[in-house]
Amino acid sequence: MWINWLLPLDRKLVRDLWAIKGQALAIAVVIGCGIGMYVMSKGMLISLAETRSAYYERYRFADVVAPVKRAPNALLDEITALPGVRRAETRIRAGVILDVAGAAAPITGEIQSLPPFPLPHINDIVLHEGRYFDPQHEEEVLVLDAFAEAHKLEPGDHLHAILNGTKKRLTVTGIVLSPEYVYAISPGEIVPDKKRFGVLWMNRDAVANAFDLDGAFNEAVILTSAGTDEDALIQRLDSLLKRYGATGAYGRDQQISDQFLTNEINQLETIGRILPPIFLLVAAFLLNVVVGRLIDTEREQIGLLKAFGYSNGDVARHYLKMIGLITLLGVVIGILLGLWLGRGLANMYQDFFKFPFLLFRPPPDIYLVSIGFSLLVAGVGTASSVRRVMQLEPAIAMVPPPPPDYSRAARWLERLAPWVDQPSRMILRHIYRWPKRAAMTVLGIAMSMGLLIGASFSMDAMMYMVDVSFNVIDRQDVTVNFVEPRNKRAIQDVLHAPGVMTAEPFRAIPVVLRNGPYVRREAILGMEARPELSRIVDTELRPVPLPKHGLILSDKLAELLDIGTGDLLRVEVRTGRRPELDMVVSGIVKTYMGTTAYMHLDALNRMLKEDSAVSGAYLLVDPDQTDALYESLKNTPVVSGVSLQEQAQNAFYDTLQDSLGTFVFFNTLFAGLIAVGVVYNNARISLSERGRELASLRVLGLTRGEVSYILLGELALLTVLALPLGALLGFLLAALLVQSFDTELFRIPLVISDSTYGYAALVVVLAAIGSGLLVRRRIDHLDLIAVLKTRE
Amino acid sequence: MKNKDYPAFRAEGLTKVYGSGDTRVFALRGVDLEVPRGEMVVLLGPSGSGKSTLLNILGGLDSPTEGHVYFDHEELTAFDDRHLTQFRREHVGFVFQFYNLIPSLTARENVALVTEIASNPMEPEQALKLVGLEQRIHHFPAQLSGGEQQRVAIARAIAKQPNVLFCDEPTGALDSKTGIVVLEAIARVNRELNTTTMVITHNAGIADMANRVLHMADGQIQESRINEAPCEPSALSW
Repeated sequence: MWINWLLPLDRKLVRDLWAIKGQALAIAVVIGCGIGMYVMSKGMLISLAETRSAYYERYRFADVVAPVKRAPNALLDEITALPGVRRAETRIRAGVILDVAGAAAPITGEIQSLPPFPLPHINDIVLHEGRYFDPQHEEEVLVLDAFAEAHKLEPGDHLHAILNGTKKRLTVTGIVLSPEYVYAISPGEIVPDKKRFGVLWMNRDAVANAFDLDGAFNEAVILTSAGTDEDALIQRLDSLLKRYGATGAYGRDQQISDQFLTNEINQLETIGRILPPIFLLVAAFLLNVVVGRLIDTEREQIGLLKAFGYSNGDVARHYLKMIGLITLLGVVIGILLGLWLGRGLANMYQDFFKFPFLLFRPPPDIYLVSIGFSLLVAGVGTASSVRRVMQLEPAIAMVPPPPPDYSRAARWLERLAPWVDQPSRMILRHIYRWPKRAAMTVLGIAMSMGLLIGASFSMDAMMYMVDVSFNVIDRQDVTVNFVEPRNKRAIQDVLHAPGVMTAEPFRAIPVVLRNGPYVRREAILGMEARPELSRIVDTELRPVPLPKHGLILSDKLAELLDIGTGDLLRVEVRTGRRPELDMVVSGIVKTYMGTTAYMHLDALNRMLKEDSAVSGAYLLVDPDQTDALYESLKNTPVVSGVSLQEQAQNAFYDTLQDSLGTFVFFNTLFAGLIAVGVVYNNARISLSERGRELASLRVLGLTRGEVSYILLGELALLTVLALPLGALLGFLLAALLVQSFDTELFRIPLVISDSTYGYAALVVVLAAIGSGLLVRRRIDHLDLIAVLKTRE
Repeated sequence: MKNKDYPAFRAEGLTKVYGSGDTRVFALRGVDLEVPRGEMVVLLGPSGSGKSTLLNILGGLDSPTEGHVYFDHEELTAFDDRHLTQFRREHVGFVFQFYNLIPSLTARENVALVTEIASNPMEPEQALKLVGLEQRIHHFPAQLSGGEQQRVAIARAIAKQPNVLFCDEPTGALDSKTGIVVLEAIARVNRELNTTTMVITHNAGIADMANRVLHMADGQIQESRINEAPCEPSALSW
C-alpha cells in the first residue's frame, strides 16, 4: 500500500486526518468559501480593470469631452494647440427618439456622427457584425450592440428616429460596440435597460444636415498627453469654448459609463476586502479549537514520541503538517470555487458591461496571496496549540491530565442551580468552565448570521430605494424632454395629448457649482413650488416646498461641495446668457440617486432673464390610453427624450433579481456553510471530549434523547445566544457596506427588514439543527462497553 | 412478579464471538450460570478470560452471539435497545474502574442525576451517607480523592435501589487502604439493601468477602465455589 512508503509519523498524520475527516473538511470548506470569494472578487476586479484599460487604449477612449452648443470646425486647430492636448477631434452628438418595430413606447437614444471611412481616431468603434455605412447613403446607420440584441435588429433591418424634429427611416448596416457605452445607460437612470436606450452612429454630413450643424460640431473629444493637468485643461477648454455655448468640459471620471464601471470595480474591491477575512477568521477559530483538542487527546502520544527521542521540532512539525494540509485543501477548494464563481460572474457581467472581450483570468499572484494568507491565518489560529506541544515535558505528558475542576463556578450560576435539572446544570457549568470556547462558538455562529444579513439586506435597501424613488419622489408616469426650452404654454399642448391627466413643467439647465476649491458640473432642476408629481422630500419623506429664493441641494451634492444650509454657492450657468452669481443654499434634501440641485422654476427663469421657459414636463397618464400617448410622442417633433417610470422600475427589479439575487444566493450558501462548520465542529469536539461521560450516562440508564440533550442542548443554547449578536453584527456589516457603496451615482439606505433578520436567523437555526442531527447519529452509536474500561 | 425462588439471573449457553473468519475470537464459550438473589458474587480470572463480556451481557450493555439470559421471568436477550435502556434505568447499578463521574456535577448532583429518572430512588443524601460521604456532598469530582470518587460512584449506582449492582474492577485504580473503604461500602449496600452484587476483579484477595466465587478462564467458568463464611472487607488484605 502507498501508505507504507511514508515515514511512521507521516502515516500517523494520514490516519489522524482520516479520523477527523468530517471536521477537517468542514474547516477546509470555510477556508474555501473565503478564498473563493477572494479569488472571485479580486480576480474579477483585475480582469475588469485590465479589460477596461486595454479596451480604452486600443479604441482610444477620450480623456476629456467638451460639449458645446455649436462651434465651427475650424476651432479644432485651436483646441489641438492647447497645452496637454495630444489629439482632438470634433463630432456631433444629440438626443433622439427611436421607434423600433414591435416596441410600443418611444425609446430614448443618442446619435453620433462618424467621419466617412477611415474610422475616428478617438472613441473608435468595434464593428461586431455587418458593415460600415456608405457615406453616399444618408439613411445608413450603425447600432449599439446591446440595443440591437434587445430588439433583434440585424444588418438590413430598419428603424425610425426623430432627428431634430424630423422623423426618418434608417437602415441598419452594422452592429457595433463602443468604449463610451460599456455600460449603456440612459442619463438619469441607475440600471441599464438595453431595450430602452439606443445609440446610433451616422455619417457626419448626414447628422450635420439633420441638426443644422454644417461646418460645425457640438462636442470635442480629446486625448491628453501623459502628465497633463486635466483640471487646467478643462478650464482652458471652457474659456475657449465659452462663446460657443459650452456646458462644461469633463474628464473620464464624469463619463457616465465609466462612472458605473468604476463603481462596480469599487464594489468588487469592497467585497474582496470585507468578506474573505470574515471567513478566514472563522476558519482560524475552528482550526484553533480542533487542533487544540486533538493535541489534548494525543498528550500521551506526544510524551511518548519525545521519550523515544523525537525532538520538539519533529513533533511540532508533525502537527504543523496537519494544519498545513487542511489549509491547503481549503485553498484548493477556494481556488476552484473562485474560478467557477468568477466565470459565472464574467458571464453575468457580459449582460451589463459590453466589452468586445471579457475573460475571467486572475493573475497567478492571487493564488500565491491566497495560499500565503491562509497559511498565515491558520498559523496564527494554531500557534498556541503548537507551542503547547513544544513545551510538553515527556514525563508530564504521559500522566493523564487531572479532571477538569468545576468548583469555581459563578455564584449567580449556583443560585440558579436548584431551579434546573442535573443535565441542564451540566450544560451551564460546561459553558462557564470554558467561557472562551463558548464565546468563540457564539461569535462564529453570529458571524455567519451577520454575513447573511449583510448580504441580503441590500435587497431590502434597494427595494426601499425603488419604493421611495418611484412612489414618493418621482410619481409621474412619463417624463418628456423638449429639444429646446419652450414657453410654459407648451404645457397646454402636452395636456392635450391623448391620455395625459396632469402635466407639471420643469426646466433643467447645465451649471458649474463652486465652493472654494470644490467644483461640480451639475444640472439645476427648476420646478413648481409644490409639485405633485416629481417632488423633493426630506429624510422623513415629507415633501419639501421650493422656496422663492435660493437653492436646495441633494445631500450628496452638499457633501461633495462641503457646503451647508445658509452658505453661499457660486453658480455659473452654462446656457443662455450664462449668468454667474452667488446663491444661498436654502435647504438640503435626501436623495438616493444622482446629485441634483433644485430651484423654484420662476426664480430659475428670472435668473436666466428668460420668460417662463420649460425644458420638459412630468405627466400623469390614463393607463388605458398609454399606447395612444406613445404613438403621439413618437411623432412629436419637439420631444427629444421620453422616460417611462413603469419600464424603468421593471428594469430595475429585473436587474436586481438577476444580479443581486445570485449574490444573495451564494452568500446564503456560504454563510450556511460557516454555521454548519462552526456548529458541527463544536458538536464533534464536545462529543469527543465528553463521549465517555455521555456513554457512562447511557450505561446508567439515560436514554439517547436525554444524553443528546446534554450535548445538543448546549449548542442550542449557544445558537440562541448567537442570534441577537448575529443581528447586531449584520447591522454593523450592512452599515459598513452602505458606507462603502455611497457614491455620487447612488446611495443605498441602511434599511434592514424584519424578514431579513428572520431569514438569517432561520438559516442559522436550520444549519445548527442539521449539524446537531449529524452528531446525534454518533451519540446513538456510542460504544458503551469501551467506556467501562478506558481511562480518561 | 418477582418470585423469591427465581434466581436474579439465569444464563444458558452464552457464547460471544468477536470478528469473523480467521480473526474470530471466542470471548465466551457456552457459559451457563445462575445468580441467586441478594448474593455477593466475585468473578475472578485473568485478562481475556471473558469476565467483562459476561458482566456486560448480564448488565444489558452487550448481546451474546448465542444463548439466553433471563432476569426474573424476562428474557434480556430478546430486548431491543429501548428496553435494555429501560432495564438499566430501573434495575441495574454500575460501578466502573475509573469512576466515570460527571466532572461538572457535585457529588450530590451526580447521584441526583440518577435519582431524577428512577422510579423508586432513595434521597441522594441518604445514598451518600451509606458510603460515608455525607460531609462531602457539595464537592466536585476534582475536589475528591480517588477513593471518595469511587464511593460517590457507588452511591450513584445504588441510589435508585437497583436489583443488581455490577462493579467492574472497583478497586483497580485505588491503593489497598482506600480499596477496602470502597469494598466496605459495596458490602454494606449488599447487606442492608439486599442488592444482588457482582464484582469483577483480578485480585484474588477480594474473593474472601463473596458468597460465591466464579473462576473464569478461556471464556468458560472453570470453577464455581460457595464461600460458607464470607469475611468483612476490613479483614481483607492484598
